[in-house]
Amino acid sequence: MTAHFLRLLPFGALLLVSGAAPRNALRICADPNSLPFSNAAKEGFENKIAELIGKELQRPVEYVWWAQRRGFVRNTLTAGSCDLVVGTASGVEMLATTRPYYKSTYVFVSRHDRGLGVTSLNDPRLKQLRIGVQLVGDDFANTPPAHALANRGMTQNVTGYTVYGDYRQPHPASRIVDAVAKGDVDIAVVWGPLAGYFAKRSPIPLDVVPVRPRVDLPYLPFVFDIAMGVRRGDSTFRASIDGIIERRHASIDSILADYGVPRVDVSLARQGAGQ
Amino acid sequence: MRQRRLLAGRRNARAFVTMASMIALAVTACKPEPSRATPSVNAQTGAAPANGEVDLGADDGQWVRPAKDFASTRFSALSEINTTNVKNLKSVTTFSTGVLRGHEAAPLVVGGTMYIITPFPHFVYALDLTKPGLPAKWSYNPKPELASQGVACCDVVNRGLVYDNGRLFFNTLDDHTIALDAATGQPVWNTKVGDINLGETITMAPLVVKGRVLVGNSGGEMGVRGWLKALDESSGKVVWTAYHAGPDSDVLIGPNFKPFYAKDRGANLGVSSWPPDAWKIGGGTMWGWISYDPDADLIYYGSANPGPWNPEVRPGDNKWTSTLFARRPETGEAVWAYQLSPHDLHDYDGINEQILIDLDIGGRKRKTLVRPERNGYVYVMDRLTGEVISANAYGFVNASSGVDLKTGALQYNPEKEPKVGKVIRDICPAAPGMKDWQPSSYSPKTGMLYIPHQNLCMDEEGVSANYIAGTPYVGMNVKMYPGPGGNRGQVQAWNPVTGKQVWAVKEDLPVWSGTVATAGDLVFYGTMDGWFKALDARTGALLWQYKTGSGIIGQPITYKGPDGHQYVAVLSGIGGWAGAIVAGGLDPRDSSAAAGFVNVTRDLPSKTTKGGMLYVFSL
Repeated sequence: MTAHFLRLLPFGALLLVSGAAPRNALRICADPNSLPFSNAAKEGFENKIAELIGKELQRPVEYVWWAQRRGFVRNTLTAGSCDLVVGTASGVEMLATTRPYYKSTYVFVSRHDRGLGVTSLNDPRLKQLRIGVQLVGDDFANTPPAHALANRGMTQNVTGYTVYGDYRQPHPASRIVDAVAKGDVDIAVVWGPLAGYFAKRSPIPLDVVPVRPRVDLPYLPFVFDIAMGVRRGDSTFRASIDGIIERRHASIDSILADYGVPRVDVSLARQGAGQ
Repeated sequence: MRQRRLLAGRRNARAFVTMASMIALAVTACKPEPSRATPSVNAQTGAAPANGEVDLGADDGQWVRPAKDFASTRFSALSEINTTNVKNLKSVTTFSTGVLRGHEAAPLVVGGTMYIITPFPHFVYALDLTKPGLPAKWSYNPKPELASQGVACCDVVNRGLVYDNGRLFFNTLDDHTIALDAATGQPVWNTKVGDINLGETITMAPLVVKGRVLVGNSGGEMGVRGWLKALDESSGKVVWTAYHAGPDSDVLIGPNFKPFYAKDRGANLGVSSWPPDAWKIGGGTMWGWISYDPDADLIYYGSANPGPWNPEVRPGDNKWTSTLFARRPETGEAVWAYQLSPHDLHDYDGINEQILIDLDIGGRKRKTLVRPERNGYVYVMDRLTGEVISANAYGFVNASSGVDLKTGALQYNPEKEPKVGKVIRDICPAAPGMKDWQPSSYSPKTGMLYIPHQNLCMDEEGVSANYIAGTPYVGMNVKMYPGPGGNRGQVQAWNPVTGKQVWAVKEDLPVWSGTVATAGDLVFYGTMDGWFKALDARTGALLWQYKTGSGIIGQPITYKGPDGHQYVAVLSGIGGWAGAIVAGGLDPRDSSAAAGFVNVTRDLPSKTTKGGMLYVFSL
């Protein structure tokens, strides 16, 4: 199944769905293999939030699947085959973003039994540890921790794991968390929602600790507001989504808590099961 | 238009009977025609391999691979169309490809048939040159996976087919290499050589050398590991794989590896010039051009830039990315290598064309390799040893100050090194380099290289490094703009012996098409707003132009039709990285879109529209 994951699932669906969807369907642009965010079996928290939005709008939810890569927005939302991206950094220029509905952070992930207690990029012990970090390829940008560690002269003790991972696997992004559990690296710096979800499911107890500083000077943020995205110009639709985010924030918070999303915008109590 | 087509049709029909026997020979018997090349071209291209095979690439009646001959001259000895009569050149046939993305491929002509390949989904058409209107003899649809479009970085382009021994070979975006029977269009074999699930795609045109089909991957943006593979021409089986990073055994470096410069010598540099394990996702793909010298029995090609893009994450030379290799075609064994841009700072992929010519330099006959490189220098190298004879800038360069010919080292300008939290302004050339994939041509008649290229600089702002997994990709804030002079593109004639420009024709838009040079002393190329032009090869004077339906980013060719007359052909159809704003419908308000290219092509949508079309011209 996994070898043919991509072949079978997502992109045939692109054509079917956009042609056959009910006229009033809420068409979601999403990655079919990107847990904990979304997948074709609708097991991600963005799938749950999409269902909630669909109920509020009284419209059936349909998906247009496309891998989350450069060109995702262009090939889905901008192409007009779907109307809503459930997770995007707030203020991204490619689309029109709604009010943010959560704020998360990069986190340190390490084995609980190691008792490392690293909370800051400035912790001198990091230089002695093997560190896993999420990387993209030679595509003009990288993740904040990749830059922050390099700025501190840490490159020889750093192992890169591509954020895209091996797309043949059912949740390609989990490899960096697995590497911590297996002991391939001592600690990893991972985007919060990923780390929270996979740490929760790890048979080996893992510590998930927000990265400090939140903004590495001169300006390298580790915390991000996450919003939903609509096409630029769809201001009426955006306003209706904004309204739902405001009305249903408690339900959305509860979904995020179920998935262990580390939050920096709500109290720990509201995060419930989050570690 | 219709009348012209009918006239051409009649001419073709008349020629049909007399040419029929030759076509039958060329197509059904799968035996190459005897070479009709002039001796001078033969000497330049080394068209008669030691094994006695005749290379169709030396036959000026045909065009069997994108670069025409193994030496990649893209020179035709045909001269029916020349500086005197080119003003009478007319469009005689058009053919819609049915595809709207960027058409970068060269048409091929073998016997009485023209073969073209489109961008994704890679339709292949065989057009009958012997019949009026060039009707299709067959077409083939490889049905690549739709998902591969989501993996390609820049556009879903294909740089061409190659013909050898009765078969056509090409690559698909979803990583298949396919052999077709050229007579019937039936697939002979189909080999999956990469995986889109790992971020790999293929956009390059293969080269067939000594029974090996040579294929390289794309996808450095996704953190893939670059390679070149050789497939057995008859079975499609992978014979060897040469990686461009990692241990010597993976790079196919053995006891016969003799780099010219000390900087490129040492064991397992593909591992030790990286942070631990970083070579495994280090890029160094190969999506450009390969040349072959039959006398030396060496193939030549360069690898792409290292990943991640951010140089501070990967201290070291990052071998063997942005590196020129000389290898044995049968085994892949590396004979020498020269790293063009060690520890690349600015996305200067090293995949450009290399033209193999013999030059008199300093009173000595040198077997050279001439390479207009992305980093802004025309390298003239000894192709037997890897020595850099000269490396002169062919445009405005400030990212580096030159190449040290003693050590072979590129002299970087530390002020232009990108850093997070710092805005670096005015880096020249910009990320696509002084020249990207678009291939040059060389005329042995004039001794000049005809280089199509861009003139762009860029600002890099490392402040917006905010990639977050699971959300839409936000690129680094790269903004490109025109370089000195204000023109975004140029075609120039370059004398590789003196290392100096002879003439230059400025173009408003980047010149993203290839050039072809002819013995009629003409140079053909196309512009991104759709003009197909003929220049005087000696002066650069514009002698003829024709407006095609869409921007041109393809590779023009010229050939002798079944009627014995010379034709010129090109695919029109805007796209590619430079034309992505039109082909991909990008938002002109998003200045960092297409990795910064949108900022400098914002006017393109008002100058051209998309649509793939073949144009054939004759007198």
